[in-house]
Amino acid sequence: MTTVTTPLATTATTGLNLRRILKLGLLGGLGMVFITAIGMLAAFNRRLLITPILSLGYLVLFSLPFLIGHLMARRVEKEGVATAPRTSADVVAAAVAGGLAGFVAGLFAILVNAAPGLRGTLPNLSPALVEVLTLGMGVGIGLVLLTVLGAAVAALGAGFHWLPPRIARAVSVAAQSVVAVAVFEAVIDDLFDWFKTIPNFLYASRGGLTILSAIVVFLVAGGLAYFLPGRIPSLRSALMVEDESKRRRNSLIAAVVVTLIVLVIPQFLGGVLNELLTNVGLFLLMGLGLNIVVGHAGLLDLGYVAFFAVGAYTTAVLTSPLSPFFAPEMSWWQAFPLVLIAAAIAGILVGTPVIRMRGDYLAIVTLGFGEIVRLLLLSDWLSPYFGGSQGIRRIPGIGVGGSEIGGTSINLFVYFTLALVAVAAYISWRLEDSRVGRAWAALREDEDVAEAVGVDTVKAKLQAFVTGAILASFAGALFSAKVGSVFTNSFEILVSIVILVVVIVGGMGNIAGVAVGALVLIGVLGGPNQPGLLQEFGEFKLLIYGALLVYMMLQRPEGLLPSARRAQELHQEEFLQDAWLDKGGQLAETAPKGA
Amino acid sequence: MTATVDTAPEIAEVKRSFRPTWVDLFLWAIRIGAIIIIAAGLIGSISKFIAGEGPSARQWGDLIVAGLSQGAMYGLLALGYSMVYGVLGFINFAHGEVFMSGAMVGFISANWLFSNGMWNANPFLALFIVLVVAMFTSTLVAVLVERIAYRRLRGSPRLIPLITSIGVSFFLQYTFAGLFGVGVRSYPQAPSVFSGAVSLFGFPVRKTSLLVISVAVLSMIGLWYFVTRTKTGRAMRAVAEDKEIAGLMGIDVDKTIVTVFAVGGAMAGVAGLMWALLFRGVSFFTGFIPGIKAFTAAVLGGIGNLVGAMGGGVLLGLFEGVGPLLILDGLGIPGVSQLKDVVAFAALVLVLVFRPSGLFGEQLGSEERA
Repeated sequence: MTTVTTPLATTATTGLNLRRILKLGLLGGLGMVFITAIGMLAAFNRRLLITPILSLGYLVLFSLPFLIGHLMARRVEKEGVATAPRTSADVVAAAVAGGLAGFVAGLFAILVNAAPGLRGTLPNLSPALVEVLTLGMGVGIGLVLLTVLGAAVAALGAGFHWLPPRIARAVSVAAQSVVAVAVFEAVIDDLFDWFKTIPNFLYASRGGLTILSAIVVFLVAGGLAYFLPGRIPSLRSALMVEDESKRRRNSLIAAVVVTLIVLVIPQFLGGVLNELLTNVGLFLLMGLGLNIVVGHAGLLDLGYVAFFAVGAYTTAVLTSPLSPFFAPEMSWWQAFPLVLIAAAIAGILVGTPVIRMRGDYLAIVTLGFGEIVRLLLLSDWLSPYFGGSQGIRRIPGIGVGGSEIGGTSINLFVYFTLALVAVAAYISWRLEDSRVGRAWAALREDEDVAEAVGVDTVKAKLQAFVTGAILASFAGALFSAKVGSVFTNSFEILVSIVILVVVIVGGMGNIAGVAVGALVLIGVLGGPNQPGLLQEFGEFKLLIYGALLVYMMLQRPEGLLPSARRAQELHQEEFLQDAWLDKGGQLAETAPKGA
Repeated sequence: MTATVDTAPEIAEVKRSFRPTWVDLFLWAIRIGAIIIIAAGLIGSISKFIAGEGPSARQWGDLIVAGLSQGAMYGLLALGYSMVYGVLGFINFAHGEVFMSGAMVGFISANWLFSNGMWNANPFLALFIVLVVAMFTSTLVAVLVERIAYRRLRGSPRLIPLITSIGVSFFLQYTFAGLFGVGVRSYPQAPSVFSGAVSLFGFPVRKTSLLVISVAVLSMIGLWYFVTRTKTGRAMRAVAEDKEIAGLMGIDVDKTIVTVFAVGGAMAGVAGLMWALLFRGVSFFTGFIPGIKAFTAAVLGGIGNLVGAMGGGVLLGLFEGVGPLLILDGLGIPGVSQLKDVVAFAALVLVLVFRPSGLFGEQLGSEERA
């Protein structure tokens, strides 16, 4: 199909390869234009990372030339091909490509400046954008400045390859730490409420690190990374060791540590962050449920939000005095078992028709179910029962020890959420290696074979749907008690997609992976209707979620923290290849690990 | 020896006998339930009509024409789903966004033509320019998406490209939300030549509907000619049949797949202009629901079957246009126009559950699709 490349082709990526420079430079330039034209630059520019020199917007903008430089100077080591030595030509090439990218961005600024009429249709192409893009210098100087800056940043990215590996790692950890400390300003500020000296030193009064504190953070983190080599990456590998019993032990230790941290941290957080943590918990609950349906049983359910809606609306109807048709005014605890039963029934109702369906059609049908549920809840027809667009309000909180906890007492509610998360995680964990769990794995791998070896596929699929539905209804019941009201716009298809992204980015089939995914994505970027730490991301959240989904599928389909089984499956070919190379003797001695 | 020979057919006999499981019973219950609901609705509506209540014959005519023209649009969109599924075997969830991109960028050109007066002065040329812009944009987006996202996923499990296309879909939606803002943008009022209605068989028919239907028919004829009569079309069918053998026969598979996306994109661009003519308002979310409906239409017509896709689109459009009033109103359900999408999604679920091979039969390659 494709032409066979000759095995000993000379490396064409060395030196001043004009084609490659043009390609990367133009792509980078278009990327910069894209970031600017969709309004990301202007929006992110409001968030200062290092006051007053670096904003999130410029960080994102200039990460592109940096990446170009990095790519230009990268040497892909191929077996049997002599890797060309690094030359200064790499840096020059990188600088030219980066400069080209900056130049394209500068030209775009000139274009926007010259055609004010564009603003009518493309509202972001405003004078404010030109001002931000040209660093406030006017289009002429801006063009030069962008070109020079692009070239410089790209040269920096290329130069990175020259550093000895240990220093390179230290620098990269240090740079990431600076960004992290700046991004987590709200958390750190809140955590050290009792010791204001630290946040006062770190952050400027307008927000963002000061130049001095940025340097200090950089040096401290870089020093730590330099003198304590290999500690940080080993955490991840510890959770992914091949040996099953060791992995289990490490996971258990990690779980205990996380539990302890989780019990202590909310004490130190303020309302806003506990609210955030509660949202993370809600999405984690749903993520754990979807993880069973998608990750374990391999059934791509795109209408998963329907079960969340069933949980939330059943709670609302059973507990709220304002439920329009049937208002038994139960307490949350009385309602909870009924909510679970309702969710289980919903799971069977959705699961049964799709049982014999092929995987991709199943995805679309479940999506259809999800939309039908939402549209029916919203319709005039059912509004006498579920309130329609008015929703159901005045849902009481959860009665614990004589007092009601809900959204107003978020500092207590967060514990309640985390407790349910723990229950859900325990259920998933126990199910994973149970008979059912193995049936799911068999089902996911090959339905026909599973059936042939005696797995009751109908039962296994329904069990997956029901378990997933019940876990989502946990989240639904909590959600209505927390918010105190339910409206249909909380149950849009976007929620399903975001949960899917959480599961996929974290690592399908792995509880720790889903937890990491929920914490990183929902915590930092936020849910579809819930803001995260980086509130500036608001309107671009879903753009980033979409891009992440594509990126993960192309580059790391197993996710950040994959389950052991899945990682093995996906990289089986690589393992086989390595084994073959080992036998060949040529590459028997690969680079020793952890040197 | 003889004993075993004698028992063998009996075993086969036992296995062949039909023993319904409870899943079968459940599915039959849904079938019967759906039939009862539709029948009850029909009876209710007809009796209302005879009693002189409810919509008049003329209103029914309007609904049918509106359904037909929307159906023509769904049909053109469904072609894209159908071709990609036929050739690559996955649901290109982002196709609805390809359509939206054409409609959105077409809006810029329409606005420009309107502001310099050409929109009304030379309506045919103006519409042609908008059409070219929309087709070009949609084709470009479709080809880019194939190049960047899908090409590297060939041969991976079916769900991986589906999940990727969901990601692409959201990426495109929010890219356009960023570029154009989140509000709804309105195309200028259709040129005066096309506004108003003509009388057809005694029914007044909106001119835009007629225009949309005739553009759809023309596009369909063009596509049919392209696929069945040209060399590239033959290459497309060969690649759909078997990629490897086609490659061995000297067909450039990559190029052919790009052509498939390009043609699907161009049809989506045409559909984008139709949307503009029918509804005028476009936003970044315009593509999502029509995309899902068009996929339903593609399945309804038998996925991979191009004529079927068009037919499925028209059927779905009619069902969606007439169904709520015909069935739900007959049952006495209030606010049926809100339930238009529910009817379409219910059709989606019913089609996929009970008739996944479509009404007109699938025309897939020999590769296993189950």
